[in-house]
Amino acid sequence: MPANKFNGFTDYGIGIGLRVPHYDHILTRKPVVDWFEIISENFMVDGGRPLRILDQILEQYRVVQHGVSMYFGSAEPLNREHMKKLKRLVKRTNTPWLSDHLCWGSVDGRYTHDLLPMPYTFGAAKVTAQKIREARDILEVPIAVENVSSYAEFHASEMTEWEFLSEVVELADCGILLDVNNIYVSSRNHTFDPFDYLNNIPPERVAQIHIAGHSKFEKYILDTHDHPVIDPVWKLYAHANKLAGSTATLLEWDDRLPSFDEVHHEALKANKFLAQLEQKPVAA
Amino acid sequence: MKRSKPTNFSRNSNKNRSLPSASERATLTDLQRLMAGAVMRRLTPAEEMQKSWTDGRPTQQVVGEFIKPNDRLTSFERLEIYNRQYWNRILECFYGDYPGLQTLLGETKFRKLAIAYLDQCPSQCFTMRNLGRSLEEFLRAEPRHTKPIEQLALDMARLEWAHVEAFDAEACPVLTADDLLGLKSATVQLTLQPYLSLLELGFAVDQYLLSLKKEGDTLRSEASNAVTERRQQTVKKKNKPKRAKIFLAVHRMDDCVWYKRIEADEFKILSALRDGATLENACAATIDPEARSVEEWSALIRQWFQNWTSLGWFCRTGL
Repeated sequence: MPANKFNGFTDYGIGIGLRVPHYDHILTRKPVVDWFEIISENFMVDGGRPLRILDQILEQYRVVQHGVSMYFGSAEPLNREHMKKLKRLVKRTNTPWLSDHLCWGSVDGRYTHDLLPMPYTFGAAKVTAQKIREARDILEVPIAVENVSSYAEFHASEMTEWEFLSEVVELADCGILLDVNNIYVSSRNHTFDPFDYLNNIPPERVAQIHIAGHSKFEKYILDTHDHPVIDPVWKLYAHANKLAGSTATLLEWDDRLPSFDEVHHEALKANKFLAQLEQKPVAA
Repeated sequence: MKRSKPTNFSRNSNKNRSLPSASERATLTDLQRLMAGAVMRRLTPAEEMQKSWTDGRPTQQVVGEFIKPNDRLTSFERLEIYNRQYWNRILECFYGDYPGLQTLLGETKFRKLAIAYLDQCPSQCFTMRNLGRSLEEFLRAEPRHTKPIEQLALDMARLEWAHVEAFDAEACPVLTADDLLGLKSATVQLTLQPYLSLLELGFAVDQYLLSLKKEGDTLRSEASNAVTERRQQTVKKKNKPKRAKIFLAVHRMDDCVWYKRIEADEFKILSALRDGATLENACAATIDPEARSVEEWSALIRQWFQNWTSLGWFCRTGL
């Protein structure tokens, strides 16, 4: 039973990111994993080993696509070549939904390859929502946008980040990939209550949740995906599930990658929180 | 912390007016152009954001106009995180694609080259896979970066870019030896596989690069949305490649990248075919009757085509 209209895959359970150092383990041991999330750009190639590996994974596992460079928030139009390659991959993976970030990263055709924060303005929300709608029309798959970690804020902002996220997803009529680690990181960097964030977004639009670890520095926190999930983030995760209902969850671990079993074990800790949930989501 | 009241801005928004106006788009473009200019700007040798803006004003003043400070960091320091992150990310990828060039030049020189190149030729593609696409052109135009081993460095850069292409470029349906039998050599134009590169080199960089590559190093680094920290690469001193005229086919078989040395005449025929010559013209331009008898040429060319088709180098597409 779906928890909400943007999350028809509440039984997807807990996935982990598909990463190169784990390929051999996965293909030879065939561990039981609910699903794998792939970084779309790593497979938007024309041939070779990446696609061969992907096809082998697809034979045995469910795969969901997650992108890092669609840049819904960049003022320039969607890159048609990018869309063409992405659509080809969507057809290959049959991903049930597709996610990318609520950020920008390119201007005048030059790419920063980073997830840069948005100015939280009504104008920026409209630009972003329009691009999300266009991408959905081209790709013909539901889209969820992910909140990013950020280290800077703009004078131009007219609202909070969670208000901006809500504005964009309502205008675009799309889902949310709620990254509770990113909320935690940003809450520390910008001094807000992360529970305010969770309590003020439309829970019925949460299609997926990301959990991850981060690195703490003296004056700020960086989203490094190279540590286990810390307790405060698990608390946010539990609260998010209470609000949105049981939601497909993904552990991100990209750097200083431990063994497959260690990553999977860390991800499965989410089961404890999912088991505590009632089937019905709490009303917002 | 005080909790804010739940809000829903879009309830107050007019859905019919949800398209951005030209001025809203222009405002966003201006802000993004400004920030990208700062983020993609070179760091100082101490890996800090530059203190002077392009027009001579203090960067702190320019950045302070659009980035808020907080109780721990100035506007400058907040943007500097992104400036450093940008260079860490693209340099890590560039280092991953050019281990041979890095070893030849040494860490200091290679890093200077990488920064100069990426500053002049920033990424224009959604994937970092294409970061090195303009490196050959850059090295030809700016040989001072590789002095005194300009030609050797150029050969290595060409080989390493060919490696990137061979790794994941398209593979078309393969033309078989049987397919060749029915073709009219006077008119047929064979197409080479997109993943195949033909290189004429002045140094034995293939052996040098192979010796550098260890098992498991053949996959390029992946994209992710995590912040990356570039790790110092260990550069082992090696004897530089010997000067030697070699002809190389960089190709892919069973998902592995291979460097295959070929004869000069093989290179000529394949290059002519790649450039659109008919089969007959490609062979005719290569055959030197004084070097071998007609029978010998015939047997040799037949053998070459058997090899090339068995390696799957020709596309069936378009025939």
